[in-house]
Amino acid sequence: MPDHVPDHMPDHVPDQPVDGRRRLVDAMTRRPSGGQVVAGLLLALLGFAAAVQVSALRSETPYAGARRGDLVSLLQSLSAAQDRATRQLADLQETRDALEESTTQRAAALEEAQRQLGDLRILAGAIGAEGPGVRITITDPDGTVGARTLLNAVEELRDAGAEAIEINDQARVVAATYLTDGSDPIDGELDVGGTTVRAPYVVDAIGSPETLAEATVFPGGLTDEVEDLGGTVSVETPETIRVTSLAPPPDTEFVEPST
Amino acid sequence: MIALLGLLVGIVAGLFLEPAVPISLQPYLPIAVVAALDATFGAFRAMLDGIFDEKVFVISFVSNVLIAALIVYLGDQLGVGSQLSTGVVVVLGIRIFSNVAAIRRHLFHA
Repeated sequence: MPDHVPDHMPDHVPDQPVDGRRRLVDAMTRRPSGGQVVAGLLLALLGFAAAVQVSALRSETPYAGARRGDLVSLLQSLSAAQDRATRQLADLQETRDALEESTTQRAAALEEAQRQLGDLRILAGAIGAEGPGVRITITDPDGTVGARTLLNAVEELRDAGAEAIEINDQARVVAATYLTDGSDPIDGELDVGGTTVRAPYVVDAIGSPETLAEATVFPGGLTDEVEDLGGTVSVETPETIRVTSLAPPPDTEFVEPST
Repeated sequence: MIALLGLLVGIVAGLFLEPAVPISLQPYLPIAVVAALDATFGAFRAMLDGIFDEKVFVISFVSNVLIAALIVYLGDQLGVGSQLSTGVVVVLGIRIFSNVAAIRRHLFHA
C-alpha cells in the first residue's frame, strides 16, 4: 500500500526541500542508494508484467482472458447453434432428397410415357418402323388371289406377333385397315384401307422372323391356300425390314379420351 | 532516477521477450499490474511529500500485489471472480486517481 506513515520519515528530514518539485529534482539527482536499486527492480518487474500482459492480450485470441463461466456459456450457445444448424441441414437434405426422388419419378414416368407413345404410334401406323421380320412375296399369275386370302395372311401374321405390317410398300395395315376386292373387282388388284395394290403382293411384317415364317408355311396355311389358287409364296427374312408407309390418321368424331 | 530506468528496462524487456503468461497466472496478472501501479503512484506521491521510504515502498508494493491476487483467487473460488476483480480494479483506480491528484498539486500547485 502506498503508505505515508509519519513515523517512517527518511533520515535527511532536516535539510529536505519544502517544494514537491525541488524534491523531485533532488530525487533524480541524488546518488542511488541500495534501497533505490530495490525500488528500481520492483518497477522493472511492474513494467515487465504490464508489457507482457498487454502483448499477451494483443497476440492471443479474444477468449484467452475469458473466465470459465463465460467460456462455458459461450460453448453452450455455440453447441446449441450447432444443433440448430445440424437439424436445419437434416431437414434441407430431406427436402432435397424428396425433390430429387419426385424428379426421378417424373423423369421415369415421362420416359415410360414416351416409349408407350412410340409403341402406340407404330401400332396406329402414324410413324414408320423398322426391325427384324419377314418379307412374303405372293405371286398371282391367274388373278385368283383375293382379299380373303390376303386377309387370312394378315391375320396369321398378327397371330404370330407381327408388330407392323405393310403391303407393297404402299399400304400400312393397322387395326382399322380393311381389305376388299373393291366394288368393281379387277383381277390382280386389291383395296387395302383405301390404297390400291397390285399383284404380286409383297407383305412386309416386323416381328420374330422364325415365328412369322412358320405362320405362313404350316399345312393348310397361306402357302397351301395360294398354291391351290395357282400362285406361289416365297418368304425371305432380311436382317432389317423397313415399314415406311403410314396409315391414314383416324378421323374421330364422337369419341373422347376418358380416364 | 534508477527507478525510472528500471521501469523502462522492464517495459522494453517485456515487449521484446514476449514470454507466454503461465495459464495459472493469467487471471492474476492484470490485477497484480494494477495493484503495483497503485503502489508506484503512492510511492511517487510519498516522495513528493518528502516521506518516501524504500522499505515502505517495497513492502507496500509486494503486499499490494499479493493481496490483489489473493482477492481474485478468493473470488474465483467463491464464484464471484469477475465481480470481485472489477471491485478491486475500481478501488485501486480510485486510489490511483487520488494519488495522481496529490502529485499534480505538488508539481503544478493546482
